[in-house]
Amino acid sequence: MKYLAEYRDPGLARAALAELRRIATKPWSIMEVCGGQTNTMVRQGIDEVLPAGIRMIHGPGCPVCVTPLEQIDRALAIAARPEVIFTSYGDMLRVPGSQTDLLSLRARGATVRVVYSPLQAVELAAANPDRQVVFFAIGFETTAPANAMSVLRAAELGLDNYSVLVSHVLVPPAMRAILASPDNEVQAFLAAGHVCAVMGYTEYEPIAATYQVPIVVTGFEPLDLLDGILHAVRQLESGRTEVENAYARAVARDGNPAAQKVVATVFEVCDRAWRGIGVIPDSGLGLREAYAAFDAERRFAVSQVTAQEHPACIAGSIMRGSRLPTDCSAYATQCTPRSPLGAPMVSTEGTCAAFFAAGRRSPSSLVPAPTAAVQPVPGSRESQS
Amino acid sequence: MVKIWGDHDLINGTVDFGGVTRQVCLSYVPEVRIGDYVIVHVGFAISQVDEEEAQRTLEILSAMGDLASDELASDVDVPS
Repeated sequence: MKYLAEYRDPGLARAALAELRRIATKPWSIMEVCGGQTNTMVRQGIDEVLPAGIRMIHGPGCPVCVTPLEQIDRALAIAARPEVIFTSYGDMLRVPGSQTDLLSLRARGATVRVVYSPLQAVELAAANPDRQVVFFAIGFETTAPANAMSVLRAAELGLDNYSVLVSHVLVPPAMRAILASPDNEVQAFLAAGHVCAVMGYTEYEPIAATYQVPIVVTGFEPLDLLDGILHAVRQLESGRTEVENAYARAVARDGNPAAQKVVATVFEVCDRAWRGIGVIPDSGLGLREAYAAFDAERRFAVSQVTAQEHPACIAGSIMRGSRLPTDCSAYATQCTPRSPLGAPMVSTEGTCAAFFAAGRRSPSSLVPAPTAAVQPVPGSRESQS
Repeated sequence: MVKIWGDHDLINGTVDFGGVTRQVCLSYVPEVRIGDYVIVHVGFAISQVDEEEAQRTLEILSAMGDLASDELASDVDVPS
């Protein structure tokens, strides 16, 4: 397919790697923020063929992974109600809550439907006036325009049986939280290209300036990733800390104003908990008061839940980029994509699932070991070696 | 982009994903025309591919490749 095959060209990838080997003189740690990028990186083995010393840290940009356990438990409580048709993006179905997951709930008789677009959930609501249709509105800035449009559409159609369970998160506040952490090791970021396609990249300019960190807007194909790493290393080697756009075919500096307008109409910035990370101030989106009638949390009164993570899961450290899946005692034994303990093993954008799919079973000599700065996670076991 | 039509107040289109076609909401890329390339996320086109920029990036990478093979050709000691 055009603009995909070209960006997977092995000859050009070898050239980019040769250039990288030529310019890299020092060790550098670079975080790819987005889970889609992590998936390409690990599956293609790009992180394993980089010049010695260039280390990729896998970031928290997997929307399914960062959705808090409490919110998944709320989804389960709502989906269990007989009058509800619960709708969600597909990879949310197998994410474990405290007790069960949406797929198991469906097997026990709940109506849980996978939708490709939230507009399909609105269509379901219009077609089933005697049922309550709830859409699980998760994700980053990339899904926010679609999810916001579904609320506007339901309002236009006068639907009183459509609501959204919102768990939206924003990338720039998470990048700030990572950089402000005392054990931060990230020296440059590959920013998520599709988030920037929506939001533009002006928000990153003060982050690059404040934290003196290069930020490169990067795409998702193997060549895009190599090109993003090249831009980042060039900046690091020359001491520059700028925002650069290595994904200009899809991203304009100001993003997509039409999409931003709809997002700002429906949502407002709020504090949000990230699974494995905790609450980050102003890091999420919630429904504006004008659209409170579409808030599933209010409609079904599920604000109080008590959530319990699986004790063996080290998803929090994985999400912060401080440990690798191969450091986890449950990885590929107790926890597999068929029977996941934590969200990063469920989604294709999760680091654990990407490692598992790529057949990585033990810490590779090419993958840097976790550093001494890693914080222990309560409930985690000793790592495998 | 293979087809564009209006449905109520929304602009919709059919996008060919290398052989598989799907309906996509085009409200966020109102200028898109048949034959254009778009980036689609959860049923919405969020960006139109700038073909000039796509070509430019590939040319820069290709130039890098030519440079790398020239260097290899001029220095037989370089391990490949």
